[in-house]
Amino acid sequence: MLAIFLKRLLLAIPVLLAVASLTFFLIKLAPGGPFDADRAVSPQVLKNLEAAYNLDSSQWEQYVDYMSGIVVGDFGPSFRYPGRSVSEMIATGLPITFELAFYAILIALLIGVSSGVLAALKRNTYLDFIPMAIAMIGICVPTFLMGPLLVLIFGINLEILPVSGWGQLSGDKILPSVTLGFAYAAYIARLSRGGMLEILNQDFIRTARAKGLTETKVVVKHAMQGGLIPVVSFLGPAVAGLLAGSFVVETIFQIPGLGRFYVEAAFNRDYTMILGTTIFFSAMIVFFNLLSDLAALWLNPRSRDTR
Amino acid sequence: MKYSSIIAAFFLFSCSSSISPVDDAIDKQIYHVGNGSEPQGLDPHVVTGVPEHNILIALSEGLTASNPKGGENVSGAAKSWKISEDGLVYKFFLHENGKWSNGDSVTADDFVWSWKRILTASLGSQYPDMLYYVVGAEDYHKGITDDFSKVGIKALDDLTLEVTLKNPTPFFIGLLSHYSTWPVHKETVLKHGSIDDRNGLWTRPGNFVGNGAFKLKEWELNNKIILERNPHYWDANTVKLNEIHYYPVSNIMTEDRMFRSGQIHLTYDTPSQKCPSYLESNPNMRTSPYMGQYFYRINTKNSILQDVRVRKALSLSIDRKTIVEKVTQCGEKAAISITPPGANGYFPQTSLDFDPQKAKQLLIEAGYENGEDIKGLEILFNTNENHRKIALAVQQMWKQNLGISVELVNQDWKVYLAREMIGDYSISRAGWIGDYEDPNTFLDLFRPNRGNNKTGWVNKEYDRLIDLANKTMDQDKRYKLLNAAEEIIMDELPILPIYNYVKDYQISSDVKGFYPNYLDHHHPKYIYLERD
Repeated sequence: MLAIFLKRLLLAIPVLLAVASLTFFLIKLAPGGPFDADRAVSPQVLKNLEAAYNLDSSQWEQYVDYMSGIVVGDFGPSFRYPGRSVSEMIATGLPITFELAFYAILIALLIGVSSGVLAALKRNTYLDFIPMAIAMIGICVPTFLMGPLLVLIFGINLEILPVSGWGQLSGDKILPSVTLGFAYAAYIARLSRGGMLEILNQDFIRTARAKGLTETKVVVKHAMQGGLIPVVSFLGPAVAGLLAGSFVVETIFQIPGLGRFYVEAAFNRDYTMILGTTIFFSAMIVFFNLLSDLAALWLNPRSRDTR
Repeated sequence: MKYSSIIAAFFLFSCSSSISPVDDAIDKQIYHVGNGSEPQGLDPHVVTGVPEHNILIALSEGLTASNPKGGENVSGAAKSWKISEDGLVYKFFLHENGKWSNGDSVTADDFVWSWKRILTASLGSQYPDMLYYVVGAEDYHKGITDDFSKVGIKALDDLTLEVTLKNPTPFFIGLLSHYSTWPVHKETVLKHGSIDDRNGLWTRPGNFVGNGAFKLKEWELNNKIILERNPHYWDANTVKLNEIHYYPVSNIMTEDRMFRSGQIHLTYDTPSQKCPSYLESNPNMRTSPYMGQYFYRINTKNSILQDVRVRKALSLSIDRKTIVEKVTQCGEKAAISITPPGANGYFPQTSLDFDPQKAKQLLIEAGYENGEDIKGLEILFNTNENHRKIALAVQQMWKQNLGISVELVNQDWKVYLAREMIGDYSISRAGWIGDYEDPNTFLDLFRPNRGNNKTGWVNKEYDRLIDLANKTMDQDKRYKLLNAAEEIIMDELPILPIYNYVKDYQISSDVKGFYPNYLDHHHPKYIYLERD
């Protein structure tokens, strides 16, 4: 297991290098620059600004300069927010985005797994149809609709929860976490139902039941371990997706997370910020994929043996 | 059972009923403000936007300050000023009790050093031209001289500042309420870096030293900025608020919901689709004239649009009244000029008529029997629902009234700016907000060699008239000259003004001392919270 872990970790380095290099050159191809503004900047001022940010040297020099910076963890200064470094801004937004993603995945797992398992156990009854129909709605309704809808009901009409913020007013973390978690809960519900249905038909489940084990033990100890492997495999990309895709929820609920920097950086042509966040999120995706692969390996003895 | 207890714990941890921030604010005098976007920074010599201005107006103070009720500027860091008869030499007398937020005295030297800073080329300030009216300022900024003593700003003593201008510039007092001319605390800036550090560490909480009515308490990136009252401020007795909380809410729908649920007192904007119904039935909705103009730029180098008759035909076939009444619907006024009427008492005597018959005639005179002969024109605009709606309306009007088909080209903001800058457009959406309350802030845009002209239009007489006007001290004579320039540009139409902006926002009835004004500058020192 350790060997696989180390091998995959080493493989991540060229992947991240390729991401960083491609992003570096691609963003320079986009028309417009970080200093373009409604109030046109004079050529003299533009020259000074470009000199201040090392944009007046050749592309190659800039590339070497940037890459040698990131080796030591320096992602450079932000263009949009002069005086702030990209590392500082990532460090500010990251804990919040992580917290949001954590609550969201917790909600997704609680709702998703319980309703998926229940649906599998009560196949073709209303306890199967209703949660699965809700899951389908969850998959279909985008967060930018779900968020304002929940706000309208719980924030404005019922007045029981704040409509925005993060850690400012009591209860302000609930609606964003539910909004973000709900879409993933829907996927997880369908995956756990499918996985459980497959396992429940296996011989070893029949054996467990024949041994006289209680239904709870059969489901929890035997069926769920194998039945939830698809969910575990899904969790890696899901967590990475939650982190990188929290932009919509962060915007709707005015949450100062990393997702907003990520998307706004692209609109602002904040080169270093785009690069920093892209590299960071790529690393997250690689890391969480690796974790979920390892977890699936651990849960599934067959795949462990073959490797 | 286990799951349900975890869910219950999660909800309990974060859910309990509480009083809304607006209800809680009256006793504490905490003013909650929606402020558009996260400010780029709080260095007055580096930043450029409205959200930045809204915060800086509380933290720093220029020699003069915007009048809270609009019109002529009032006393700021300068108690009074004297202008020489020829209008070239200004003497500013600072308050004896003028203090920085750390208790240091505000001196004339502080202004000299601050203006030197904004004119330091390596700082890369985007507003150094605000001071180009001062003798030697442009030369110093452009590196023609490196001797700052040749720039017309001198500290005669601790409390007297002398500024010498190149020409009598009647709007100079008005221009001084723009944040690019505001002072920064020399010792603090240098303690945390050098003169040309952009938004250096000195702008952070704990370090920031300003001469405004409030001081920086907290700054949570993308979340909020908190200011508290500055006890050292020279006019501290006028200040009633204890704290101001600025929220960078970039999504206007979120801001609207925050207002409705009592989280903020004032919104930065109003969702345009809600404007008509809010104007009718929302008692918190306000709309007031705003010194800004929505217009279409025309590329006068374009082979079709270089003919003034075509430009006139396009203008005459836009029904501006219908656009403001049926499309924008937020109380905007149909434009009659490039300068919005009423800027410091200036009312342009021009008009922009809707006359499709005359438009057709002009098109025929220009050699186009039929509008369908005109091909390849585009309206370039940046991604925004309102811009799209207006472009659709104009496209329809040109099609219907002239038979001209134009294509709508929607681009991302930076691509749009880049295309405009290199002249890669035929017709392009534009907007302009006045930097100070004077018609010059609009008319100056279209002088030759101005970076914001972008139309390729050059008119020597126009340039001469504005130059002459800016040397004329008599305001009536000056406005006549500016009006003559305005007539030239409205006759040649390198731009097609569409409407004058309004500021539309929601404000809690608890907010007192907040007066609508043309520049939308609201100094928080006059604002307080009281429930009727």
